Order: sequence, then C-alpha cells, then structure tokens
Amino acid sequence: MTLTRIDQVVDARGLACPMPIVKTAQAVKTMTSGQVLEVLATDAGAVKDFAAWSKSTGNQLLESSQDAGTYRFLIVKK
Amino acid sequence: MTLVAEPVVFEPSTEPRPAPEPEGEVATKGLVIVNWSGSYDRIMPTLIMSSAAAASGYRTSVFITFWGLLPFVKDGKRIVGENWMQKMLSFMDRPGIDHLALSKMNFMGMGPWMMGKLSKQYNVASPRELLEACQAMGVEFIPCQMTMDMFGLKAEDMMDGLGEPAGAATVLELMTQPGTASLFI
Repeated sequence: MTLTRIDQVVDARGLACPMPIVKTAQAVKTMTSGQVLEVLATDAGAVKDFAAWSKSTGNQLLESSQDAGTYRFLIVKK
Repeated sequence: MTLVAEPVVFEPSTEPRPAPEPEGEVATKGLVIVNWSGSYDRIMPTLIMSSAAAASGYRTSVFITFWGLLPFVKDGKRIVGENWMQKMLSFMDRPGIDHLALSKMNFMGMGPWMMGKLSKQYNVASPRELLEACQAMGVEFIPCQMTMDMFGLKAEDMMDGLGEPAGAATVLELMTQPGTASLFI
C-alpha cells in the first residue's frame, strides 16, 4: 500500500445509498483542488457508485479497495 | 377530383439553444424530476435520485405536483385548504414528510410502520434526512401553482426552502436544457 497524504476523512460506514455519495460531495465542497479525501463505506453498491461519481464530477478516484467488508476510496479533488 | 389536405409541416426551430455552461463551477448536466406522488415508495426514489444528482454536480430540479405536493406541507399543518372538500382531502391524506403512506400494502399504516422499521435496520436514510440533504446541496423543489390552488394550499402552508411556484412551461424549459435527463415519478 502506498502512503498518501490524506487531508480529510468521511466515515460513511453503515450508511446506505445515496448517503456515502452525499457526504462525500459535501466534504469535497469544503476542500481545495489537489487535496485527498478518504471515504470508508460498507454499502456494497458504493464500489460502482464511487466510480460513476468520479466520472460525473471529474474528481479523481485514486484508490478503490476493500478490507474485511469495509470499502475504502481515495479521492483527489479536481 | 380528390381532395388532398395540404400536409402540415412543422419546421424545426432554428432558434439557437442556449450554449452549455462552461466546465467547472457551473453544472453542465441536469436532472429534472416530476414528483407526482405522495407515497413513500415514490418519494424515496425522487429524493434518492435528486440528492445523488446534486452530489454528482447535476443542476437538479424537482417539480412537485398533485399528490406530490402534500409531503412538502410545513410540519405541524394537519388540515389544509379553504373549502370543505380541500380540507377533507388533507384529512384523508395526511400532509407532511413524516407521514407518507405506501402506494400498496398500506394496511392502515401497518405497511409504512414496517417499512420504517426495515429502513432503520438497513440504515436507509428517512425521507426527512434525504430531503434535508437535497436542500443542503441546492436541489430546487418547484411547487405546481395550479395544484396548489386546486388543493387550497397557500405559500405559508408549504415548508421553507422551496422554489417559487411555477407551471408546466417552466418545467419544459428546464427539461429541454442540453444534457438534462427527465423523470416522471
């Protein structure tokens, strides 16, 4: 695992669709371009949703991984 | 002699469409939902799609009309309307975002009660939480002026933070913006 500087974390574990995306969008709004957001989620739909969200918003999905039922996404703000 | 009616030809409009807004701060995609129903099972997809759209940078508008108006009546308003028929309507179909019935299997409130239990168990956000998320992210809820009049609803009966009441032409104008998807729910 590469070490990435993380500027902000959104813990969306336990939340169902669309809340992980909603909380992520709200966090990204407060960040500046180039900053990295870490999102933790347990909603299995989040894997496809974060890929789609990254495509529609242009914020880069740096990493999408899974560990023991927790999904982890690293997002770089556009 | 045969009479042949002159075919009516509709020329496509040569009026230029408004140019798409520039990339970046301004939304280049849009979602318009006509929210016609006041049932839990339809309000949910409306609120989920619109909050997800706003979170994904879509300019999002929800036109609330007919039964879809009643969930957007202010908290604590029980009977709304001016004449007995309008009052009866709100008596039979309780207004407010916390009082949504199911379109099927309502069973005098048993269905919604069970749905509420299930959604809590599976951490699904409530209609109120989703509505708050929508409003925080700038989803515009546009009440239908015509149905408001017909139901005897006044501006002060409706919850805060809604858009200006409008009509069909406003919705059509939003729906035909480039890059806009429209749904009737």
